[in-house]
Amino acid sequence: MKKLILDSLGKSKHRGSNFRDLLYNNEARAFFFQVITFVLVVGLFYTAIGNLFDNIEARGIQTGFSFLNNRAGFDILPFLGNIVVDYTPESSNLTVFYVGLVNTLVVAFIGIILSTLIGLLIGIARLSNNYLIAKLAGGYIELFRNIPILLQILFWYNLFINIFPHPKQSLAFFDIAFLNQRGLYLPKPIPEDGFLFVALAFVIGIIAAYFIKKFFKKKQDLTGAHTSTWPYTLGLVIGFPVIIYFLIGSPLQFDYAVLGKFNLRGGMAVVPEFLALTFALSVYTATYIAEAIRSGIEAVDKGQKEAAAAIGLSPIQSLKLIVLPQALRVAIPPTINQYLNLTKNSSLATVIGYPELMSTFGGTVLNQVGQAVEILAMAMLVYLVISLFISLLLNYVNKKMEIQGR
Amino acid sequence: MSVFDQQSTRKPPISQIGAVLWLRTNLFSSWINSALTLASLYLLYIMIPPLLDWMIFNASFSFGTVNLFGFDIKFSEAMATNQNCGREGACWPYIYEKLYMYTYGFYPRTETWRPNIVFGLTALLFVIVPLVKHYKHKNRVTLSLIILYPLVSYVLIAGGFGILMPVSTDQWGGLLLTLIIASVGIIVSFPIGVLLALGRQSNLKVIKLFSTLFIEFIRAVPLITILFMASFVLPLFLESGNYFDKLLRALIGIALFQAAYFAEVVRGGLQAIPRGQYEAADAIGLSYFQKNVLIILPQALKISIPNIVGSSISLFKDTTLVLIIGLFDMLAMVNLTSNDPYWLGRETEGFVFVTIVMWAILYSMSRYSRKLELRFNTENTN
Repeated sequence: MKKLILDSLGKSKHRGSNFRDLLYNNEARAFFFQVITFVLVVGLFYTAIGNLFDNIEARGIQTGFSFLNNRAGFDILPFLGNIVVDYTPESSNLTVFYVGLVNTLVVAFIGIILSTLIGLLIGIARLSNNYLIAKLAGGYIELFRNIPILLQILFWYNLFINIFPHPKQSLAFFDIAFLNQRGLYLPKPIPEDGFLFVALAFVIGIIAAYFIKKFFKKKQDLTGAHTSTWPYTLGLVIGFPVIIYFLIGSPLQFDYAVLGKFNLRGGMAVVPEFLALTFALSVYTATYIAEAIRSGIEAVDKGQKEAAAAIGLSPIQSLKLIVLPQALRVAIPPTINQYLNLTKNSSLATVIGYPELMSTFGGTVLNQVGQAVEILAMAMLVYLVISLFISLLLNYVNKKMEIQGR
Repeated sequence: MSVFDQQSTRKPPISQIGAVLWLRTNLFSSWINSALTLASLYLLYIMIPPLLDWMIFNASFSFGTVNLFGFDIKFSEAMATNQNCGREGACWPYIYEKLYMYTYGFYPRTETWRPNIVFGLTALLFVIVPLVKHYKHKNRVTLSLIILYPLVSYVLIAGGFGILMPVSTDQWGGLLLTLIIASVGIIVSFPIGVLLALGRQSNLKVIKLFSTLFIEFIRAVPLITILFMASFVLPLFLESGNYFDKLLRALIGIALFQAAYFAEVVRGGLQAIPRGQYEAADAIGLSYFQKNVLIILPQALKISIPNIVGSSISLFKDTTLVLIIGLFDMLAMVNLTSNDPYWLGRETEGFVFVTIVMWAILYSMSRYSRKLELRFNTENTN
């Protein structure tokens, strides 16, 4: 930079007016503006952080992350997070963070699967040649897209705890599952000794199916002969673990919920907070996914389908080999963005008390400890990491789907 | 001699005309379609009648005597109470009783005309101005409205200045607060968003870095963390003794949040402008400021108008989140009013009412954005 200023001074020597030339020199100006921005931003941060420390000292708030080791001392609504992390009120605040994280990831995972299924269904129904189906799908999208997600979460939660029956009059589905105000009671799977082998068989099945698919693809590339791989896939991924399961002697027991005098005993309770949250998030996000799917299918040129028919592909082959690969290229990136939105929106669970990150760690712990800076920084970091992960996934998918130039 | 009798033409078969043809092609074209049609009819049958029963047929409309524009309309002898409303249908008298809270929050009842003028102005700005197409000085009228609207609205709602009774921000609530947050959010964040978009597209490395960091950070975290930041941490960043209004803190959080999203929308518009436009502006010797204000931004903003409206719709939906940090917008009124011991257990009516109002506003906004999209699509087909 020093050289640059000297240069511009040197160049302008024969003209006389040094300062004027420096003022109108593009690079000097750019340098000047960047220095100003830098100084302003750093100055702002410096003042803010300085004030922050003054205020913290004046109010007697603690700093640092030692609060993470303190005893939490409050109950958390029992759900998967508590089971995975093994939480009791005696656990530390850091454990609360893990419980919240697990619950956030659980709701995001289930929500992503459900919203994709609903979105696919509605997106395809929207393009149906059946008038009623197409209009119903359109109505679904217009209805749920234009209602704030927070309102939907509150509405479903309120409805669920009001219309579901008391535990005494639980709705029973063949004595296997029960539905009442306290949630959905499902049989609790209890894996026994040999179950690890079944899980292992499942993994091996997936890997083997992948290689078999690769093998037949290669064969097709070389010889042109096409082999359907789905029977192999089905047999390896589902049949193989099932055979192992029965060979070992059914190493998985279920603990069924039993209707007692006042309450249900045993089983695995899915709390109504989770049901309402997952339902609202899936229904809302599905409207966006449906629109993405629809625009993807509409983006495929009509000529593509006609060309596929002309070279003698069956309708199913045409859909599988010609239309879908092109439609997905358009539909997948916005869908992945919606997955990120769903994960971020799951933080709204704090209004109904589902124990995810922002309601346990960013809510109760924040109120007890009062160290807002540290706690919010940790929570934001989690969402940053999730978002970074999803952007990486998006980049990978985009690269994979890129139209290959010749 | 044979005479040729012209026979009257036969009518087309019944299955080829009118309603029957329509039904056959659109609802019963194949057996799968027929099954789907029947299934969706059944779905409608199990959903619509109970809904109508609850909302209309079993619902109570005993508002008592309602004074509407000076006319007394008598619905019933006396207004229904929570007890004689019944539980199988909606209790709309509850909504009627709490309508003031849903609209104005705790705003003093003697000063209602002030928010009413603001509602009228809002309608004028967002509904009438875009719809009325051609008249003299349209641009000037619109521009002055956009500048005057926030000022006039602020003076009217907040009061003070020795003329009007001051009304503090914790008395603002309901739909009024929702509209205030949404409009302030949009109006304040838009210029910041444009600057951030220009910053991200800039050749100056430092400015580009800061803009990109800001945009990406804000877009990665949920709004609720930003609102918590604004409400818990922002006061700590200021010199002690500077008291900050709760609403103002929320507005700062929302404006910064929305600015990042506007920035990305505008950046999309900037990227769609052909390089030639930039080069031509440089070639005729325009400065950076002139180039952007006269050449680039007018085109880029025009392309991004539909997305700007779309992003504003998201912001309007997001305004409901302020209830988490303790502001009483329209949605927060549901829990507040149904805690009234006289109207216990009427949350569902409240949620349905807020849903209808919010949906009507958001649906018209989305129709509007679609209309804009179509309009700008046809104009740019050269």
